Amino acid sequence: MTDALRAEWTKLRTISGTWWLMVGAVAVTVAASAGIAASTHVSPGGPGGANGAGQDPTKLSLIGLDLGQAVIAVLAVLAVTDEYGTGMIRVTLAATPRRAVMLGAKAVNIAGLALVTALPAVTGSLIAGRLLLPDAGPNPAHGYGLISIAHGPTLRAAFGSVLYLGLIALLSLGIGTVLRDTAVSTGTVLALLYLPPLLAQLVSGPWRRHIQQIAPMSAGLAIQATRNIRSLPISPWAGLEILAAWAAGMLLVGLAVLKARDA
Amino acid sequence: MSSLLEPSRGGRFRAALRAEWTKFRTVRGWMIGLAFAALMVVLFTFLQANGKHTGYCTTPNPSSCVTGHQYVPTGPSGEAVADTYELVAKRLTGDGTITARITTLAGRISAGPANEAPSAAETQPGLTSWAKAGLLVTPSTGQGSSYAAVMATGGHAVRFQYDYTHDQAGLPGSISSTAPRWLRLTRTRDTITGYDSSDGINWHRVGSAHLGGLPTTVNVGLFATSPTTSQGLATQATASFDHITIGPPTDGAARTVPGPWHGSNIGAGPHDYYTTLGNGGYRQAGDSIVVTGSGDIGPAVASAGGDTASDPLLFGLVIALIVLIVIGTMFITSEYRRGLIRTTFAATPRRGRVLAVKAVVIGGVAFVVGAVASAVAIPLGEHVMSANGNYIFPAGSLTVARVIVGSGALVALTAVAVLGIGTILRRSAGAILVGVVVFVLPTLTGPGIIGPTSSASAATWLYRVTPAAGFSMLGLLPRSRLVSYPYTMANGYYPLPPWAGLLILGAYAAAALFAARVVLGRRDA
Repeated sequence: MTDALRAEWTKLRTISGTWWLMVGAVAVTVAASAGIAASTHVSPGGPGGANGAGQDPTKLSLIGLDLGQAVIAVLAVLAVTDEYGTGMIRVTLAATPRRAVMLGAKAVNIAGLALVTALPAVTGSLIAGRLLLPDAGPNPAHGYGLISIAHGPTLRAAFGSVLYLGLIALLSLGIGTVLRDTAVSTGTVLALLYLPPLLAQLVSGPWRRHIQQIAPMSAGLAIQATRNIRSLPISPWAGLEILAAWAAGMLLVGLAVLKARDA
Repeated sequence: MSSLLEPSRGGRFRAALRAEWTKFRTVRGWMIGLAFAALMVVLFTFLQANGKHTGYCTTPNPSSCVTGHQYVPTGPSGEAVADTYELVAKRLTGDGTITARITTLAGRISAGPANEAPSAAETQPGLTSWAKAGLLVTPSTGQGSSYAAVMATGGHAVRFQYDYTHDQAGLPGSISSTAPRWLRLTRTRDTITGYDSSDGINWHRVGSAHLGGLPTTVNVGLFATSPTTSQGLATQATASFDHITIGPPTDGAARTVPGPWHGSNIGAGPHDYYTTLGNGGYRQAGDSIVVTGSGDIGPAVASAGGDTASDPLLFGLVIALIVLIVIGTMFITSEYRRGLIRTTFAATPRRGRVLAVKAVVIGGVAFVVGAVASAVAIPLGEHVMSANGNYIFPAGSLTVARVIVGSGALVALTAVAVLGIGTILRRSAGAILVGVVVFVLPTLTGPGIIGPTSSASAATWLYRVTPAAGFSMLGLLPRSRLVSYPYTMANGYYPLPPWAGLLILGAYAAAALFAARVVLGRRDA
């Protein structure tokens, strides 16, 4: 297992694309968060405040993750589909014939890289939110506290967002293993992430809630909520568990097809 | 001599086109992907249409609620209209003239919340700009019938309007007892002409209308109506008329058609969609008549509460976009991956021609997929929505054709743009990432998808300047300058006109293709 881990680590480490994608993920996340925070105009007495929903400064400042996760997903997909594209996978499987060990080693490495990427991305987004949001409206004068991880729910949102990106990476790795082709896998992962939230807005009644409860992105991002937890379709940790189930399920399907077919 | 032996420029282009088309159609996965994309458009259109149900309540009591939609009248040229007003009329046979002086026009605005049924008790004074009172000729008091009218308005001075969408301006200035307006309508066979005057002596022609098939006997009289404000508050207008004469044109003001006036409160029943304030009515005092009305005579807008034929199309098209982004990327990146690109350039050394031919193939294929899928999906969705009791805004066949062409063009331009991005990046993952982020993510803020008002302006902005502008081609909701209504994204209106939106998307595709051409010319394959 240690050898397999080291082998996968060496492969990932020595591809320059890995580092570019990691830097890109952090930059995209923080830039999008800061951009949204700077361009938000919240009127505290407006419709948001009137019906008690209000704004959630923590969730708002982490909005860049919606975009940054796509880069992490591509990084994870490439970790396996690139090997199929170049034929490298046959060498990998010759060196590590046990499919479970190979996939496990990839999963550990990819999840680790995703977590390492997520940490500065989440921290940067929260700092941007803390600095920029008070000018936009959600400031102490309007009853919103400054973003601080000393605040329990904000700490949960920050920690959970890091885990969220790790799970997105594992989900993408699983899909990449099943589909093998870079283009098809990338398209599928991005469709799986971004389409259900769109569909949820277009349907009405209980269907909307059900989609928000089971879609990987909608459910997983529930962890970012710090206000009005009760009105969420799914509670924060339960949402992250749904995403974990997606990731585990996709990795298991990936392992099953990996065992069943030739490389 | 060489021109006889070598294929012509056009011939080489056709050969390259055939080569690319062969490469495309022989990849089974891509053909399956195209079929899948078309199927998703039709499937999700059906599912979304099937999920739409309409019902309404005639009183606050839940037992009065029924499924189905409220009645939206259809105008003479097939468009959805508002036709709710108070008419005080006589029957006039043959040619004739009606003249009246309007001395006051005042109004009341509902002071209750916009989402509650307006009550006549809860009002405040105020006149909306399109409050209307004046003279009207119509063959029938049925809603949606043809008409011509000359009127004073709350904020748009004197107007001559006919058949809901036609409008001409008359004398400027607002009405008061010190500055009354004289109005006149004359009927000569099928032609109705409107005049106005500030003194009843010097008349000025405002406009005229040809109402085809006008019967010999028509209703001629006074009307008042007052539309909801742009905030959705119901209103009411009251106008006083005097010096009223109706008669054959030769007799002029000398004689009046005998018989009593008939008041009708048109289109204000519990099943009519237009929100009114109080009941219309009239009273006679000596020679003058005071008419009170609420409603509108004009085009219907989104407040009529209907769907459009293109409403359920959006989600399926977004799926098709993602599929075509994947295929468009692979069309070029797989050649780089396999080294086939070197063979391609050996066969067609002109880089620009290769790119152009590839763009024609992927663009053509994507257009056919988008257009055929929406041509199937639109009637299907319309049928299902109607069966579920929804009102669907009538759209002419040319307009529906625009949506079908728009759906095809939307998918085609996106596929061509992603082909350019794939050519620049040469890698599938990066091109698809950029393609989805730039061409799909902005649409996720689409009409009806935007949440709090704080993000509404962001959505409007995204649908103006990002490739999401292309979705403007799906816009079918009627808008009119004759109706004060917030034509915003939140109410389902795209911020750009259809073809302007497509032009924005086209600019993105052209930029991507141009950049790809420059990059291709500079580097080795």
